[in-house]
Amino acid sequence: MSANGYEAALHGVTGVRGVRGAMVVTGSDGLVVAESLMEGIKGTAVAALAASLAARLGRAMDAGGVGSGVFWHLQAERGALLVVPARSGMLIVAVAEPGVNAGLVRLELLRAAESVA
Amino acid sequence: MTGGTRAVEAWTLEPLTTFVQEAGVRLVLLMTPAGQVLAQSGFARAVDVMSAAALGAAIFASTTEMARQLGGPPFAGLAHQGEKHGIFLSPVSTDRGPVVVLAVYDLGATSLGLVQLFFEQLATDLRGASPKASEQKQVLAADFERELTDSLNSLFGR
Repeated sequence: MSANGYEAALHGVTGVRGVRGAMVVTGSDGLVVAESLMEGIKGTAVAALAASLAARLGRAMDAGGVGSGVFWHLQAERGALLVVPARSGMLIVAVAEPGVNAGLVRLELLRAAESVA
Repeated sequence: MTGGTRAVEAWTLEPLTTFVQEAGVRLVLLMTPAGQVLAQSGFARAVDVMSAAALGAAIFASTTEMARQLGGPPFAGLAHQGEKHGIFLSPVSTDRGPVVVLAVYDLGATSLGLVQLFFEQLATDLRGASPKASEQKQVLAADFERELTDSLNSLFGR
């Protein structure tokens, strides 16, 4: 897949009202592959920390015997972080406002994950 | 190869300690581009520090020359990843002069993204803490061995 292809995969996610940005991140390294972010969001920091969190969550899920994660949603005071891992090991990450339609974002993240798998 | 964090130049100690804790790296060297060690973390033996400093300085010199031949400024950083470990090498310009940071990390404990992220903070902290460059003194062969021994003693708390 080309760099443009990864960026195109994010269009559906960033089109959802309340989404402030989306990224494709390498799960193992926490590096940004493609991003579409509003000003003020530090993509490299979000990518590195989200990948680290995903790795730790993965270990916790393994230890708990519940299988691998397919979607996670972290709700914070001023926003939310939503992540779907792709089969290739990439992570599709969305940064959103607190009142975002999480179901719709999840759907678009899953679509993006399918297209980058 | 495991040990604590120690510095020959005290101003580097706090930024380095924070970096090691935040980034989760296993080994770190702060050195001049010539390979003179300013601080280290994680090394248990002086011979390992000297080898890593010599190799790190050589890699830095090679990539700097490569960048020069390409007609650009020196590279901002170099990352090399293996199956279990990765290395990250990058310079920081400070008032004391350029400082080269060599970090070795375990892939199971941290990631290149995190190392790069906290390296930015390390660079800011080092710039904030560095003293003004002192006058370059002439290096005499007679002093060299004594200074090297003093530095290694500081780095390993002897």
